Amino acid sequence: MLTKRIIPCLDIKDGRTVKGVNFVELRDAGDPVELGSIYALEGADELVFLDITATVEKRKTLVELVTKIAKTINIPFTVGGGISTVDDVKALLNAGADKISINSSAVKNPSIVNEMAREFGSQCIVVAIDTKSVDGVDLVHTHGGRRPTTFVTQRWAQEVCDRGAGEILLTSMDHDGVKSGFANGITSELSSMLSIPIIASGGAGSMSHFKDVFTVGKADAALAASIFHFKEIPIPELKSYLDREGVAVRL
Amino acid sequence: MNVAVIKYNAGNVQSVLYALERLGATARLTDDWETIKSADKVIFPGQGEASTAMAYLKTRKLDQLIQELKQPFLGICLGLQLLCDYSEENDTPCLGIFPVQVKKFPPYDKVPHIGWNNLENLRSPLLEGLDELAYAYYVHSFYAEIHPEYTIATAHYMLDFSALLHRDNYYAMQAHPEKSSLVGEKILTNFLSL
Repeated sequence: MLTKRIIPCLDIKDGRTVKGVNFVELRDAGDPVELGSIYALEGADELVFLDITATVEKRKTLVELVTKIAKTINIPFTVGGGISTVDDVKALLNAGADKISINSSAVKNPSIVNEMAREFGSQCIVVAIDTKSVDGVDLVHTHGGRRPTTFVTQRWAQEVCDRGAGEILLTSMDHDGVKSGFANGITSELSSMLSIPIIASGGAGSMSHFKDVFTVGKADAALAASIFHFKEIPIPELKSYLDREGVAVRL
Repeated sequence: MNVAVIKYNAGNVQSVLYALERLGATARLTDDWETIKSADKVIFPGQGEASTAMAYLKTRKLDQLIQELKQPFLGICLGLQLLCDYSEENDTPCLGIFPVQVKKFPPYDKVPHIGWNNLENLRSPLLEGLDELAYAYYVHSFYAEIHPEYTIATAHYMLDFSALLHRDNYYAMQAHPEKSSLVGEKILTNFLSL
């Protein structure tokens, strides 16, 4: 049976892992390659490396870091942050990344999704969507969640799916860092509406939040950062809990 | 151990090379006939689209070479599909090592099939040491049908399909061993010691 995926996210700044609350205050949480290896051993299903400062500082994600990760780690990983061209994608995939994630650059130039999917295949193109409720409407935000757009999240998700995205990484800005649970409503809405997998992100604080996002939220995968980095929820414990609760996971 | 990894326009070949290096093999990415012919083992990786890949193989005459090889040969993902008779992906005649059709997943569930899924009905020395229902990592939108003789493991997503195939010196795996953690490493180790 296809299992639900648990994905630790390593936010990278200057080659180190960091995690902030609501994308702002950053705390150091260690070496990304080392952390990634530990997670792989512990049973993480995939890893995401996001260069969170890349868009703001207009600098490219480090290909060398991806090379180091690919040499060491034996599970799939996605790289995101500041990726805007087909050449960026080529460099990262050639270095050994399995998938790349784009966010602001897709909003700025939606046809880049088509171009990348045509060139490399949908399976390696993840579109990350940061969403926040503004006066009752779910709106896409860019630049690490700081900049609101006029795009309605549901419509944008459908559009990137039609343009060839292989997966959607949905981060709820209202939930991120707050640890009160994932945004199950919109996650479920997108998962039911679209023919591609939804990775839910933002809000994980307890093991039951994961169960909820898979059952109520209908997510295909769940992503979290600080609760893994600061060892609040060990992955093996989380997976055996989900197994006991009847959620299909790889043990 | 000298492993040739066939160079063609497939995506994410680097991970296969790194995985082989982690297991202590010397892996070389090459499209040179002599290098491939003289290698102890040959790996045919794959990520991409069938018709483009077949066209590329033909321009380099790698299709003929693959059909002539005698040493243990492992096709991965698209590599498995190209070893079959025919793929529905852009109506593509393939290499014909396995008399099997490659079809598109029906739209009853999300496609591509992405993630960790079980290997079932294991029967091959290539899979020695693995438990029934061991997990491997899949990313694909097309699947190879089951062959009564050549299918050596199955998987299930909406329907049953060939997870691994074997005929003579040719082996093929739909999931990515290079991304399948310890299970994938075991399969690659078994392949290297064939």
